[in-house]
Amino acid sequence: MSDFWSWFIIIIVAINLLGCAGLLLWNNQISPEEAAKETTGHSFDGIQERNAPLPRWWLFLFIGTLIFACVYLVLYPGLGKYQGLLNWSSTLQYEKEVALVARQTDPLFEQFAKVPVDELIEYPEALAVGGRLFANNCAICHGSDARGAKGYPNLADDDWLYGGEPKQIIASIAQGRTGMMPPMAAAIGNTDKAVRDMAIYVQSLSRPNLAKDADKAAAIERAKPKFAVCAACHGQDGKGIQAMGAPNLTDTTWLYGPRLEDIETTIREGRKGEMPKHENLLTEEKIHVIATYVYSLSNKPAP
Amino acid sequence: MENSAVSPSYNYTVVRQFTIMSVVWGIVGMLVGVIIAAQLAWPVLNFELPWFSFGRLRPLHTNAVIFAFGGSALIGTSYYVVQRTCQATLAFPKLAAFSFWGWQAVIVAAAITLPMGYTSSKEYAELEWPIDILITLVWVAYAIVFFATIARRKQPHIYVANWFYGAFIIAVALLHVINNIAIPVSAMKSYSVYSGSIDAMVQWWYGHNAVGFFLTAGFLGMMYYYVPVQAQRPVYSYRLSIVHFWALIAVYMWAGPHHLHYSSLPDWAQSVGMAFSIVLLAPSWGGMINGMMTLSGAWHKLRTDPIIRFMIVALSFYGMSTFEGPMMSIKTVNALSHNTDWTIGHVHSGALGWVAMITIGAIYVMIPRLFDRKQMYSIGWINAHFWLSTIGTVLYIASMWVSGIMQGLMWRAVNADGTLTYNFVQELVERQPFYAIRLLGGVVFFAGMVLMAVNVYKTIVAERDTHGDDNVLQAA
Repeated sequence: MSDFWSWFIIIIVAINLLGCAGLLLWNNQISPEEAAKETTGHSFDGIQERNAPLPRWWLFLFIGTLIFACVYLVLYPGLGKYQGLLNWSSTLQYEKEVALVARQTDPLFEQFAKVPVDELIEYPEALAVGGRLFANNCAICHGSDARGAKGYPNLADDDWLYGGEPKQIIASIAQGRTGMMPPMAAAIGNTDKAVRDMAIYVQSLSRPNLAKDADKAAAIERAKPKFAVCAACHGQDGKGIQAMGAPNLTDTTWLYGPRLEDIETTIREGRKGEMPKHENLLTEEKIHVIATYVYSLSNKPAP
Repeated sequence: MENSAVSPSYNYTVVRQFTIMSVVWGIVGMLVGVIIAAQLAWPVLNFELPWFSFGRLRPLHTNAVIFAFGGSALIGTSYYVVQRTCQATLAFPKLAAFSFWGWQAVIVAAAITLPMGYTSSKEYAELEWPIDILITLVWVAYAIVFFATIARRKQPHIYVANWFYGAFIIAVALLHVINNIAIPVSAMKSYSVYSGSIDAMVQWWYGHNAVGFFLTAGFLGMMYYYVPVQAQRPVYSYRLSIVHFWALIAVYMWAGPHHLHYSSLPDWAQSVGMAFSIVLLAPSWGGMINGMMTLSGAWHKLRTDPIIRFMIVALSFYGMSTFEGPMMSIKTVNALSHNTDWTIGHVHSGALGWVAMITIGAIYVMIPRLFDRKQMYSIGWINAHFWLSTIGTVLYIASMWVSGIMQGLMWRAVNADGTLTYNFVQELVERQPFYAIRLLGGVVFFAGMVLMAVNVYKTIVAERDTHGDDNVLQAA
């Protein structure tokens, strides 16, 4: 802030507060002649005005708030560049509070972080903390029960887009993941029929019974050779490639829906899923504990 | 009060139009409020229809009650009050007619474009640029008519009600134009010229002064005429009028930053906003004192006159919400209340308790006089309406207090491991019963509005009578 604006603020604040005080002083005195009069003598549509003095309690309330404002602006930042006697700032308060909580809770997380994820799932206390961290940070997309929603993977099953080993889960949380399926209609013939055929074929990978229907069998036959372009990511057998985050198409997990229309939309328009990275938001130790919780959902500790 | 002798020289046409439309828009706006309250309690009521969803209807509700119901009432009563207290007929009747039809066009345009999803995304200023321009034109016409009528007054002094109406007109013009400066990119889309913290600050400078000048100063103008007229008592203190008027309009302008506590707004602006919000308490209460003390010597009328009851309860809610406001602007209190239902409760204790109730009182005073009837069709119905309004408002604000404070406490609860005790959904679930009570409060209040509409209709179609100024419940 420049000196000009700093003084500008100080001066208009002062004028306004002093103006209020002056207004009170000016109207607080009442001359004897005026006090003797019943009304001001004005009459508007029959409305008259008395001229009662300012109520005392109200006057003191007003003065009290003016004093409060002055004291507050001496103690806290408000008058332009002046920092205030307490040297308070919202940034400092935030840093202090965060540091306080860190001091209180860091030792706990450091202890947890020493135990590897696949052993830490044996500690109910760690899972309870992890569950709470999950509720605070992850549930907004993956749901309170971690079972996900359309476009947000279910973390409670043992089907993994990027792998379900502790290291892979930690990587997913810390660095995030970007899933990208490009629009594929052009590559498989660019007609509605070709897209529908391919959708039926993809559906048949997890539902072989579809081939019993003659129409569907024909569609499957037509689409099968074109699946080669899909195999680059999903593999020739359609089982997906975890290193690329390409889903397994032969199981019954459908991130974007199992209906024919859903699959057609995926083929025609592609899909983009983004798991944001959390390494700047959460400490390494906290990510370790969250990963333990997520890991525990599909890897129950030995009874 | 000698009104029948001079009334033929006054222009009541535009006053009648605005008054009737105020009743109509009150019902429309509050019905939308009831619908969105139900949607909050039971989200399935959004029916997955984009135009019927909460996000589209909520700005429709706020615009309809503030600008359609409140705006029509303010413009209508100000045209009535300025004529009668200046003993002058309304200047530029054609411009006044334009202000009516233009304002109704703005409201209809809002009712069409908001559900369609056209929005500038600025709260209480959602309307897109072509409608903003129409608002500006209407407002300039309104200002010319109002101030030209004051210039024609037959007496040296200007009555205090007109100070408040005048301040409301000037300040709203300033706020509307500055906050809505935008660069249009298509017929129904524009981008604000402000960005970041400056955008937020300009928006809440506008937002809080919409409360201060539209919903406070304007309605204080209304109060200063209809309370002494109905009570048939002189206004309590002229010098209190002077002090609280000037202090109110000077201090309100500063209070906006309290909407942005603990945000990226610089600390100095937040502190100044809070300090002036505290100072605002006494100037706000000045209006309450002047209104209530006008009744001194006539307190017995509270027993017999339901219209006086409306006015006194309106002033009570006004006093309560203008105490609550400065308290909520204190940073440590705000840390609990911000973004919770407490804010919604606070707004409605002002909007239902003060704005709507003082307007209802004014309408009941004015309707018989505008349409040459002795009194309203049913005084008993006015009394019933009073109780519906009071009970509805209390249910609404009490449920929002409990819900809001619970929300704030649940959000800030922290476990020993530093995690939040409750996730968002856990807290949301706890709110549902209070949302149902709020809906009940809204329905009760709305029922009163419907009763008023029937009463107004019956009064207008009733046989012509003399001017009435004795809308008093006869002792049974």
